[in-house]
Parts: sequence; structure tokens; C-alpha cells
Amino acid sequence: MLETIDLSLVNWSRAQFALTAMYHWIFVPLTLGLTFIIAFMETLYVRTGDPEWKRITKFWMTLFGINFAVGVATGIILEFEFGTNWSNYSWFVGDIFGAPLAIEGIFAFFMESTFIAVMFFGWNKVSKKFHLLATWLTAIGANLSALWILVANAWMQNPVGMTFNPETARNEMTSFWDVLFSPTSIHKFLHTTSSGFVLASIFVIGISSWFLLKKRDMLFAKKSIAVAAVFGLLASVYTVMTGDSSARDVAHTQPMKFASFEGLYNGSERAGLVAFGVASSSKADPENENMTDFNMVIEIPNVLSYMAYLDWNAFVPGINDLIKGNPKYGYLSADEKIIRGKIAIQKLTEFKDAKKAGNMALADSLKNEFMNPDFQKNYFKYFGYGYITDAKHLIPDVALSFYSFRTMVALGLWFVLLFILAFWFVSKNTIQNKKWFLRAAIWSVPLAYLASQAGWIVAEVGRQPWVIQDLMPTMAAVTKISSGAVMLTFWLFAVVFTILLIAELKIMFRQIKIGPHKEVGGTK
Amino acid sequence: MFESLSYLALQQYWWIIISLLGALLVFLTFVQGGQTLIYIIGKTETERSMLVNTLGRKWEFTFTTLVTFGGAFFASFPLFYATSFGGAYWVWLAILIFFVIQAVSYEFRKKSNNLLGAKTYEWFLILNGLFGTILVGTAVGTFFNGAMFSLDELNHVTWETPFRGLEAVLTFHNVALGLSVFFLARVLGSLYFINSVDSDVIADRSRKQVLYNAIPFLVFFLYFLIALLLKKGFAYNPDTGEIFMENYKYLHNLLAMPLVAVILLIGVVGVLWGIAATLLKKSGKGIWFAGAGTVFTVWMLFLIAGFNHTAFYPSIYDLQSSLTIENASSSHFTLTAMSYVSLAVPFVLAYIWYAWKSMNKTKINEAELGSEDHSY
Repeated sequence: MLETIDLSLVNWSRAQFALTAMYHWIFVPLTLGLTFIIAFMETLYVRTGDPEWKRITKFWMTLFGINFAVGVATGIILEFEFGTNWSNYSWFVGDIFGAPLAIEGIFAFFMESTFIAVMFFGWNKVSKKFHLLATWLTAIGANLSALWILVANAWMQNPVGMTFNPETARNEMTSFWDVLFSPTSIHKFLHTTSSGFVLASIFVIGISSWFLLKKRDMLFAKKSIAVAAVFGLLASVYTVMTGDSSARDVAHTQPMKFASFEGLYNGSERAGLVAFGVASSSKADPENENMTDFNMVIEIPNVLSYMAYLDWNAFVPGINDLIKGNPKYGYLSADEKIIRGKIAIQKLTEFKDAKKAGNMALADSLKNEFMNPDFQKNYFKYFGYGYITDAKHLIPDVALSFYSFRTMVALGLWFVLLFILAFWFVSKNTIQNKKWFLRAAIWSVPLAYLASQAGWIVAEVGRQPWVIQDLMPTMAAVTKISSGAVMLTFWLFAVVFTILLIAELKIMFRQIKIGPHKEVGGTK
Repeated sequence: MFESLSYLALQQYWWIIISLLGALLVFLTFVQGGQTLIYIIGKTETERSMLVNTLGRKWEFTFTTLVTFGGAFFASFPLFYATSFGGAYWVWLAILIFFVIQAVSYEFRKKSNNLLGAKTYEWFLILNGLFGTILVGTAVGTFFNGAMFSLDELNHVTWETPFRGLEAVLTFHNVALGLSVFFLARVLGSLYFINSVDSDVIADRSRKQVLYNAIPFLVFFLYFLIALLLKKGFAYNPDTGEIFMENYKYLHNLLAMPLVAVILLIGVVGVLWGIAATLLKKSGKGIWFAGAGTVFTVWMLFLIAGFNHTAFYPSIYDLQSSLTIENASSSHFTLTAMSYVSLAVPFVLAYIWYAWKSMNKTKINEAELGSEDHSY
């Protein structure tokens, strides 16, 4: 069957999903963080009764609303694209993957959409306290929806809590809690949401800095910065911590991803962390364009071993160890995994054929062999490798992963410093005089978006070619459709999303220029 | 609690939930119906703004219900999700794109510097109302008339026409359902305006629209219903799973499930009563009768599509590829886990109801639009 699927279809389908996901992710992190910032501000209003806080809350709420609309628009496509473009995937793992999506709808989206209406339109209709509750519930709803979709994503990176059923030719859930509480999903949720808090805090500080530079609404701007600096500082430190534990999780569950974002070709004990490197024009493997080599490397000894295994001397496998195998440390070669994967697929096909032919005795015996724990551990575990035609396809784009990872980490560290400075200057009431800082804060807003996108590139490009780690590559997951059809929808979405983004930015900039409303606690 | 239920009972339980979500979605398309009437009922800028704003406080419910409908279908009947979304590619993507343009239109319409101008966003709302309802209705029509797909031994879908689902419009019975949903949505939208906008002029014009849209709705819906009860249906043998055609299958389903027949009848009467009370008694509560009636009617229509050994997503290309609630569902374990999740649904409905009531205590009026803190 796979022979009939052309690579351009796979690539266009991937491009369409990446386009939708990246556009969606422009809007989501701001939603995740800004709702909480708004909730803090409104809490201050309700506690102090100071109408200035209400004015501040409303201004950020207006920007939130503009951003939220496009987030919703791009989100609906993502949910249905699992079916429209990855239908084989949807059956193969739908028994596990569908549940978090449904729970997201039932628990999170309804909470968000119900209370967002109260938050926007309820100022004069419900009590102050109910309104505040609605704002908090909007924030919780938004972050709950992130939880469920990230659980689903984490499961693709580290499939747990399931068993394969040869009768239905799909994976079936055996433990809901294993899926929900797998270390990968916890790390992913904490790291992703806290990075959203960081982005939103920088958004607030950056825009407030613009007001300070323009010497407009100074009190509003300083109060906004105060809230965002505290929230951002806590969130950024937490993001660094969860980033560290996420990387360790990746080293265990997705060693190829780890090796590629570290640019590590040959594994070693006491491996050093490459802090800096420049892509060279030569390739580590001339036949594989993904295997970029690096020059001018600045390496910190032993740190990579510690980062991956909390042991300064541990062996960290490189790409070559994972492809060619390294018996000393127990790594199978890719060719061996491919052979084992093919054996697993072959056994499943034989079982299906026997059933179709009505030979139930043979079918039962093949099923028993397939479900035998040894076969599961030694063969089914590599099921997805059976679809791989060339071991080099198992290597993701090293340069893209390498640079994305370094962009994310470097910017993340800068953001911690930014928040410390913001907090310091605002508490000393000198922030309005630090023009260099205000300018840096404004420029940090696009950088926050860059860091956020880079994080997802590390996570998603780094795991190629897998849709489900080791079990299903993209080429086996894709919907059988003409690549022309997908190309058409790709461009359609690209045009629509770009128009919506431009409209959103224009509206957003205009609203920022208009600024917070003059009448304290009053109306538009 | 749910663990002890049989696999079939869980599959039926989930078909009831999916059907209810589908029914709520059709009721909530009053937002879409209302959107197609903003120029017909709203003659001035202020009137249009009142209409857009009263719909704008509810549009997310419809949107969220659509998303949840998709998610819940994925979780409970993943083979449908894989087969229909992957197979009928153009239909679903067309539906999605018409919902994408809706999602931004409320927020962006009146904002200054919005790139496309207020009129464009209003047209987005109209297009969403028109095509969103007709396409969803037509797609659901294929539950009764079948689609052109086949499944291999690994349950991978192949669509057998290059039109990827758009060929459903060639079957008039499907289109009749699509048009029924469209005109019903306009009736419900008009009823909602009467209920939620404080303006006699708008109420009078809305009442006219109730009448003008109720007539084509009844024509198309009665045609759909009568043709459905008289047509052959897609049955399956519960022991072997074999699919076969059965004369008067859907009529047989109603007769075999008298409770479903009674609720369907109550639903239809509810819709008619909501319309009649609005036209004859000038009641403002028509939306509640017609809304509840819509939910009951559509809910029961979904039940006769999937219950009593009926294939709910039949293939007219390869009959044996047809999907039934038994061959398309998640595992016993997943259905059980999701059933526990479903216990939260009444709680969710309760807070939606509470928030809705708090927000609709007073009707929307011109003065409020001027003073509102956030308006569309």
C-alpha cells in the first residue's frame, strides 16, 4: 500500500500541518498567559476598588480579544486536520488520541467560551465577584485546553498506556492515567504553558514600555509592568527549570531528537555541550543533506552527559551510534530495527490474510505469536521502522533543530534577565528613565514569538520522521489523496491565515495607539 | 460503574451522546441563521449592530459545540473520524473554512483599521450562515444515503470519486436535509432576535422572517422525513456484521423503537408550536419551544441512523465497508474512560445555562450598545 504514496503528498501534508500549527501557535501562548495577567489585574481591582486597575484590565482585555479570535479560527482547522490529512493515523491511534481531544472540548473549550462572554460583556450585568470568577475561569479554561492537547502531543512523542490489537489493526488504550501522567506529558504541559506566560509577560512589558517612551499613560504602563514583571520572572525561571527536565526526558525517550538538536554525531562518555557552532558547508555524511557539520564550536566539557543523565561521565549516543548501532552501549543499528519492524508488519499481514481466508487456527496461532511479550518487546516495538526504506530517513534536519534549540535557550535566558531588570527598575520607579531598557523590551516582543516558535520546531522537526515515536512514520499516517489537493488547501490556508494575521496586527497596533480609555471606570 | 456495561451498551451510550451533540449543534445554528438575516432584518447600521451583538454573545457556543462534536466523534468512533474526514476531504475543508472566517468576524468587524472593512466581515458572517448550515446538513444526509468509500483490511480509507465528498450534492435527499437545516436555522435565528433584542421594528421583521423561512423549511423537511421513511436503508446482521439493504429500514427503526418515535413527534410538534406561538400569539418565547423541538427531532434522527442494527455511515461503493456503531467504535476501555468524562456534561450544561441566563436577563437595546464595555 505504501508504495503508492508519493513523498510529495507526505511533504505537502506535513507542510500544511506545520503551517496551521505555527499560525495557531502565534496566538495561543499570548492567550495562555494574558488571561492570567488580566485575572491578576482584575483581582487587584476587586480587592482595592481602585478604578485605575479596572481601566488597566480592560485595555489588556481588548488586546486579548483581538488575539483570541484568530487563535480560535486557526485552532478548529488543526483539530480536524488529524482526520482530513492523517486519516491512517486517526485510526491507528484514535482509540487513545481522540480522548484528550474530546475532553478538551467538553471541559476546557466550553469553560473558556462560556466565561469569556461574561468577561467581555458582563461588566454591567453580573456582580463584581462573579465577573472576576468568570475571568479566572477563562484563564483556567484556556490553560486546561492546553493541557489536553499537550497530553495528546506528548503521547505521540512517547506512546504509553496502550497495547496493539491485531484484530482491529490499531493501538488501544490500557491506562488513561499512564497517558495523562506520563513524564513527557507533564514536562510538555509545564514547559509549554509557562513559556506562554513568559511570552504574554513580555508582550505586556514591551507595549507598556512603548507608552513610557511616548510619555503617555505613565501610571497605567508602570502598573502593568509591575504585574507582568513579577509573573514573568516566576514563569521564566520555571520555564528554564522545566526546559531542563524536558531535555532530559527527550534524551531518554527520543535519543535521535536529542542528538540532532545537540548536533552530536559521535556519542561519547563525558560528552560536552556545544554552546555555539556555525554550520559548515561540508556534510557529516555527504549522502545526507540533513547531516550538517559545525565549525567554530565552543564546547563545555561533560555538561551534555550531566544534562541528559545527571551523571558527568554518562555515555550520550550520537546520531551515528543510533544509525550504525553501538553494541557496547546496547544500541541497535537502524538496519536491524528496520528488519525487525518488517517482521512485525509481515506477521500482522499474515494474520490478516489467514483471517480473510477463514483459516482460524492459523490466525489464532499467528495472533498468539504476535502478542507474545518477547515478540512485542523485540519486534513490535520497532513496528514503524518496517515502513522506512532507507536508514538516512531516520535523521531529522540537524541544522534546523540545532539552531532552533540554541535560539530558544539563548532567548529564554535573556528573558530571565529582562524580567529581573524590569522588576528592579519598576520597583525603584526609574524605569521611565531607562530608554535603552524600554527599547530592548519592545524588541523583545518579536523575540518572544521567535523563541516560542523555535521551541516547537525543536519538538516537531526533531522527531521526524515519526508521527508516533518508533511506531508510525509520517508516510504511513497520511491520508491517501492527490498531492495537488493538499497543495491547493495549503495555499488556501496560507492566504487566509496571512490575511487574518495582517488584519489582527493592524487592529492590534491601532488599539495600542488608542491606548487605555480616559474615563476611569467609564465606557468607550 | 461503566466497566460493568457491555461493549454494545457503551457503544449505544456513546451514540446517544454524539447524537445529542449533533442535535445541540443544529439548534445552535440559530447563530448562523441569524447571520444570514442581518441585512434583511437590520435596515440601519444600529439595527445591524444590535443583531450582530446579540448573536456575538452566543457564536462561540455553536463553534465550541462543533469542535466538541468532532472531538467526541474521534474519541468514541475513530473509524468515522478517519474515514469521513480523510475521505470527504473537500466537504469538511469547505465547512471548516466557512467557520474560520466566522471566528474573526465578530471581533474584527467594528474595529478600526481592520484591513478588509466592516462589510467584508459581515459578508463572512453571511457566507458562514449560508454554507455552514447547508454543507453540514448535506454531509449528515450521507448518514442515510451513503458515501463513496472503501476500507482495506487495515481500515485505511480510499475515496472512490475525485470529488472527495462533494458528490453528496448530487443526491437530492442529502441536499433537502441541508436546505432544511438552513431554513430552520433562519427560523431559529429570527426567533432568537425576537427573544433577545429590545426593538419592536426588529421583532416585526423577525416575525415575517419566521413565516417566510418556516414554509420552505417545512417543505424540505417533510420531503426529507417522508422520503427517509419510505426508502431502503442500510442494515447489518448483529451476529455476522454483514451489511445488507432493507426496505423501509428507517420506518422499521421507528416502529422498533416507539420511544424514539414519540420523542421525534414531540420534537416536530415543539418546532411547529414555537413557530405558531410566535406568529399567532406574538409570543417571545418561541425560541425555547422551537429550540427544544429541534434538539429532540435531530437527536432522534441520529438515533434512527445508528440504532437497531443500522449502518450509520454507509458506503454505497462497497457495502461491507459501511460503518456501524459496533465496527467503528473505540475499545471497551476507552469508551468506559470517556463515559466517566461524560458525567461532567450535565455540570457543563448547568453552568452554560446559568451564564446564559445571567447575560440575557435584559434584552439588548440601542442604549446598551453605546454603553457596553465591549461590543462587536
